[in-house]
Amino acid sequence: MIRSRRSQIIGATLLLLLVWLVVYPLVLVLIEGVRGPEGWTLEYVRLFLDRPTEWQALWGSLWTSLASVVLAAVIGVPLAFLFSRYDLPGGRILSALVALPAVLPPLVGVIAFMFLYGETGFVSLLVQRLLRLQEPPWRLQGAGAILLVHAYSMYVYFYLLVSAALAGLDASLFEAAASLGAGRWRTLRRVVLPHLYPALGGAALLTFMTSLASFSAPYIFGGGFRVMTTQIVATRLNGENALAMVETVSLTGLALTALWLLRGSQPSSNAAGGRKGTAPERLPVSSRPLRLVLAALAWSLAGVLLLPHLTLLLVSFVPLGTWTTEPLPPEYTLRNYLTLVQDPVRARPLVNSLWLATVATVAAVALALLGAIVSVRRRIRGGRLIEGLLALPWAVPGTVFAIALATAFSVNAPHAGRFLLVGTLWILPLAYLVRNLPITSRAILAGVRALDPSLDEAAATLGARRWRTLRRITLPLLRPALLAGASLAFVTAFGDFVTSIILYTYDTRPISMEILSSLRQSDVGVAAAYGVVLMLVSGAVFALGAERGSAG
Amino acid sequence: MSFLALDGLVKRYDGTAAVDGVSLALERGEMLALLGPSGSGKTTTLRLLAGFEIPDAGRVVVDGEDVTRTEPVARRFGMVFQHYALFPHLDVSENVAFGLESLGVRGEELGRRVAQALALVDLAGYERRRIAQLSGGQQQRVALARALAPEPRVLLLDEPLSNLDPTLRERTRREIRDLIRRVGITTVLVTHEQDEAFELGDRVAVLRQGRLEQVGAPDDLYASPANLFVGGFVGRGSTLPVTVLGTVERGVRVRIDEVEWDLERASAQPAPPPGPATMLVRPEALRLAQAGPGALPATVTGRRFVGPSALFTVLAESGSLIEVVAPPRAVKIGERVGVMPSRRAGGGIHLFPPESR
Ligand SMILES: Nc1ncnc2c1ncn2[C@@H]1O[C@H](COP(=O)(O)OP(=O)(O)O)[C@@H](O)[C@H]1O
Ligand SMILES: [Mg+2]
Repeated sequence: MIRSRRSQIIGATLLLLLVWLVVYPLVLVLIEGVRGPEGWTLEYVRLFLDRPTEWQALWGSLWTSLASVVLAAVIGVPLAFLFSRYDLPGGRILSALVALPAVLPPLVGVIAFMFLYGETGFVSLLVQRLLRLQEPPWRLQGAGAILLVHAYSMYVYFYLLVSAALAGLDASLFEAAASLGAGRWRTLRRVVLPHLYPALGGAALLTFMTSLASFSAPYIFGGGFRVMTTQIVATRLNGENALAMVETVSLTGLALTALWLLRGSQPSSNAAGGRKGTAPERLPVSSRPLRLVLAALAWSLAGVLLLPHLTLLLVSFVPLGTWTTEPLPPEYTLRNYLTLVQDPVRARPLVNSLWLATVATVAAVALALLGAIVSVRRRIRGGRLIEGLLALPWAVPGTVFAIALATAFSVNAPHAGRFLLVGTLWILPLAYLVRNLPITSRAILAGVRALDPSLDEAAATLGARRWRTLRRITLPLLRPALLAGASLAFVTAFGDFVTSIILYTYDTRPISMEILSSLRQSDVGVAAAYGVVLMLVSGAVFALGAERGSAG
Repeated sequence: MSFLALDGLVKRYDGTAAVDGVSLALERGEMLALLGPSGSGKTTTLRLLAGFEIPDAGRVVVDGEDVTRTEPVARRFGMVFQHYALFPHLDVSENVAFGLESLGVRGEELGRRVAQALALVDLAGYERRRIAQLSGGQQQRVALARALAPEPRVLLLDEPLSNLDPTLRERTRREIRDLIRRVGITTVLVTHEQDEAFELGDRVAVLRQGRLEQVGAPDDLYASPANLFVGGFVGRGSTLPVTVLGTVERGVRVRIDEVEWDLERASAQPAPPPGPATMLVRPEALRLAQAGPGALPATVTGRRFVGPSALFTVLAESGSLIEVVAPPRAVKIGERVGVMPSRRAGGGIHLFPPESR
């Protein structure tokens, strides 16, 4: 491969763009934290260190994240074993249902939990009735509530990665172990577990980072319990901007430290590893009672997993203010959905989210594709750096990036590379774009790496110039990777709450903000209807990405 | 004037030369095989020819035109890649049409020329097949058809048979040879298999560590290798440390272990100076005899059938392993024998400076 000058120039431009988008705003945050009205100062750092609430928030972030990892593993790993080792009745449907939490954007999951287990929630009321209690049986608030939501939405990481690793196990490994006289436990301990370490490490890291960045659950259910993401937003609301910067830096530090400690367990793009041989057959469960017990357990689990989706759907058909204390809604209506379509003011967020997510997705795919091509195919100098910058936003919580972008683009200073974008249409697509870069580029890089470079060379010897090669050979072959990257990016942007709450304007208010304000006005029906829309779009886009991906 | 000339090509990677001053000239329609062990710079030479790499020194001239810096797109060289590099999302005819479309061939003419190219490789009727539905041999033929369809000036083949299973190789080798002969295209092919080079090349160029060791017709390389490397790489043979004692009538006298042999000297070679030397000896240039005067004492350690005769491995007392051709039942494994030059040994024994490998 010839390192052409043109590729080098394109690469350098891309590198600059990424530094400006990804690194520069973070550096500005760092600076703003140690600069007061009269120049450099450590006043805000001292303030941060002196306040016990700051330490509590930081500690809250850390321990809830660790606890989320444990909970998610305790649920996800046994499920993965159950479904990949045993042939359960309806196992196929079940193992698909198990991934369901993935189609709920964080905020939607949270409000579904509220409808279910909140003070006037469906399940809470049911329990209250059954036990004839005066009060609701529990309060969905504080760390417990946060952990409940985290466990529900994040066990999927463990489930998916461990399932993939188990599917990558060669059946002959089990046979070999058995022929060597190894018992079940020994096989598990000596053969299976070592094979699972990368998957477990990857899932733990993913869960930890997601929890640390989690905003929706602590924001809605936190009550008096603060974690750093919500603390940052509260501090900013108080007008203590510089302190918010210091907090942001502390959260970033925590995230980067975790990443550094768990380095090496980054989930690789093929978590299943090189798949050789055949995956072990699922074992039939021969004992009838055991079979029944397992099936009952699995199906009730599926019910629990599906409850949030169903509740959301149910609530979305309830007219405003009609469902109070009855176990099931007395009336149903389509009005909530009609509102979304007919009332231009309420329909606006849907339109907004659509175009914001589309712009961000297209831009993310374009940047990721360009980066992947110049780095992997043209092997330019600095290619690794480009890949690193594309992946960097993954290590930094969304709140941090939102604050960083809000800081960088709140003044107009073109000579310093800063433009006034906050309050305009462009800040949200920009924020979504930055947040989307890691997932998009991970998918696209994997696709480009898998392309045989001699296909390009073959096209060249056949007289095809660059554009024709790109159009006829490269892009068609990358289609599955592009679709996968785009669908992930679109879904994330479409349901985004954490950056939107900091950066949105009235004209660009996305669906998540509308859900929040509907809830504030107790208009739960419309909030739920929007939740259903988010859920359906996410589900559809995932399905599209998966299907096209495998067909291509 | 030759049709294709490589003139002092040098290509370095990080300071070490992968191709180190290679000069070759091909007549129009000639087939040249680049033969060498893995890492000797064969692929790099081919990539310099195709234009994927630009040489640090030297030129590539085709039909009087210097193309050293011409982009691959404009070179009009066809190439068959080691793993074929067929476009997996296009069907057979779309693959073959790809290069023709670059030339602006359209419509009926395009269909006609695709059909022609597919007929050439005996794949008529496979137009709509997907690449993944083809066997390895068929894929290779599609790759050939695709490379040949735009009527390139030169055809380049990188290890064309290495991806086929062994039973298919010999047949495919003949098919490729006949096809290229029929088309009459100037061809450079790369291989590390001597049989392939010998059957496919009008001439064979032997590469070692980026340097050209010898170029010549297959039988010339076999009969008079320029050095021990070529001698050992081309054809079977055993190497033995010997001492040259001096010239005798029509040849030289050498001592191996404690035995003296008078060897007919191959006419082309200069008489080696007295002193230590390395002897390369072809298995058919030796015979097995009773232990006795002039016979090198050895023990039979192995036997392999090759057609009507067998290839015996014997271990000399000095520890050298020697291969000898003899009738299959001549001796038994473990038997003690003597080894002597056969009567018509002349061309099969070569003397080189010691340790010249
Ligand atoms: N792109 C490259 N970068 C660095 N070294 C290379 C590159 N291509 C080939 N080489 C080196 O050049 C030498 C010749 O390689 P190659 O031409 O592939 O040999 P062959 O095809 O005969 O096996 C090898 O030592 C190889 O490691
Ligand atoms: Mg090679």
